[in-house]
Amino acid sequence: MSITALSTHGVAARQPNWLVRLFDYKPFLIVMCLAPAIGLLTVFLTYPLGLGIWLAFTDTTIGRSGIYVGIENFQYLLTDSLWWNAVFYSVLYTAVATFGKFALGFWLALLLNNHFPFKSILRAIILLPWIVPTVLSALAFWWIYDPQFSIISYLLVDVLHWRDSNVDFLGSPWPARFSLIAANIWRGIPFVAISLLAGLQTISPSLYEAAMLDGASAWQRFRYITFPMMMPILAIVMTFSIIFTFTDFQLVYAITRGGPGNSTHLLATLAFQRGIAGGELGEGAAIAVSMIPFLVFATLFSYFGLARRKWQQGESND
Amino acid sequence: MTDSAVQPAVADAKAAPDTMAWDSGLRRLMMIYLPLGCFVLILLFPFYWMAITSFKPNAELMNYKDHNPFWISSPTLAHIKHLLFNTAYPHWLWTTMLVAIGSTTLSLVASTLAAYAIERLRFRGSPYVGLGIYLAYLVPPSILFIPLATVVVQFGLFDSPMALILVYPTFLVPFCTWLLIGYFKSIPYELEECALVDGATRLQILRRITLPLAVPGLISAGIFSFTLSWNEFIYALAFIQSGANKTVPVAILTELVTGDVYQWGALMAGSLLGSLPVAIFYSLFVDYYVSSLTGAVKE
Repeated sequence: MSITALSTHGVAARQPNWLVRLFDYKPFLIVMCLAPAIGLLTVFLTYPLGLGIWLAFTDTTIGRSGIYVGIENFQYLLTDSLWWNAVFYSVLYTAVATFGKFALGFWLALLLNNHFPFKSILRAIILLPWIVPTVLSALAFWWIYDPQFSIISYLLVDVLHWRDSNVDFLGSPWPARFSLIAANIWRGIPFVAISLLAGLQTISPSLYEAAMLDGASAWQRFRYITFPMMMPILAIVMTFSIIFTFTDFQLVYAITRGGPGNSTHLLATLAFQRGIAGGELGEGAAIAVSMIPFLVFATLFSYFGLARRKWQQGESND
Repeated sequence: MTDSAVQPAVADAKAAPDTMAWDSGLRRLMMIYLPLGCFVLILLFPFYWMAITSFKPNAELMNYKDHNPFWISSPTLAHIKHLLFNTAYPHWLWTTMLVAIGSTTLSLVASTLAAYAIERLRFRGSPYVGLGIYLAYLVPPSILFIPLATVVVQFGLFDSPMALILVYPTFLVPFCTWLLIGYFKSIPYELEECALVDGATRLQILRRITLPLAVPGLISAGIFSFTLSWNEFIYALAFIQSGANKTVPVAILTELVTGDVYQWGALMAGSLLGSLPVAIFYSLFVDYYVSSLTGAVKE
């Protein structure tokens, strides 16, 4: 095929193989190239998304297709204290974890932006928490948070003598909530740090030189050069981070499964518990759908709140 | 800590201008190496703890008074042996590998073709198709898993690894397409024009010119997809029921966590073994990971 098309160009133009001609017909080729990706995404993403919204308005259970019940599922959720609990913890989890990840991640990125030996090895090591399966590192955290044999308790009680009794990490609601947030921050720092480092490296050093000549202090250089220049990339990374923190499932499911006393349920784990484990597909879908308004709001907030700076600087600056 | 760092800096500032103070050794130590050391220590400690627990005999695991918990006095392979010979762990590893390779191959083929069509065939509305695929990446699996479970049942794929191979591309294809569009953009269009003038067909151009030049991009997309599908949890948890077909992350959590007394040694050994393939993969392709991570964000 290739030989006829390449070497005997004149002949091929007059009487080409119909198959070759078909695949060189641009509209056909475009359809053929897009078909696998669009097909997969339509069948396993768009259709389920619509189906999920439909299921939220039915009383489907596992093994029985339900009937349309209007907004009954949502009305029930509004009276359900567990759902409100999950909303509260999801918002808290997202807010505190995102703040922690970005504060520490930005700091780590600034540190990595200096020159020192073994920099590339260090950068590689730091990404490890992000590479390793979340559930498996969550198991390690579960073991670190063990009520009896926690290594943190051992350090605080037997080595440093700061406390008299072991820390009860996962046994009561508030410590459990913050233990999970800490594990989420631990897992999120590398991604934030490495993406922000990439942004830092695109800032031209001449800007800093000019600022230094003008007598700007280290804080002023950060506040008036680094921070504004990082805004566009911060907006994107933060949007991603908020979406995937709010809908987090693995960490909570692996460490507490929503306990103690349902105090650490996120909306995703509650949806799993009701929808798959409890069999109430309709109600589970309603809980999942109730995440969408929060996600849209958080995305618009983080994207437009931060990206607004871009218009002030002008489009050419990104 | 910051306070203690400021004190010597004030002393230095008298001798040298503020900007020069950065070169002072002590300040550099306090402001860069000390925080960096803390970060590395905290980020790596769970892995150290995971590794050391997997080789500790049970007696040492539960006795901090007589044994220093940070070290092993008599390392043992008992936990790993138990895992490999008394549980279905090798089978779980095999299933996970199969699912990861299958879904990676499928997503690579689909997203290479899609990225080529969007970036190089350039039809009316191609930016919108690109945007649509990008938006698909923003739909989190937590919203989709319940309806997807019913779809999987309808297709008769419930409890089969095939379901995972078909479903994972929903989050792999958007990522890979976006990454590859970026790579294709960096290949000069003139090369393709030359080939077109010489009479090559579009598919020949893709196979002979564009793909060989995009190999780094393909490797990045491939290793990323492999890692993401190896680590995937919620779909594997919802769609797979029987113990034998489970993937490693799900199986460790559902099959090894039994009863009230947790076998921490075996659990940590399982976690360590389950993390090793991606960690080895990662160490071989570190630069591709970093470039694809940062490249995808910058796009």
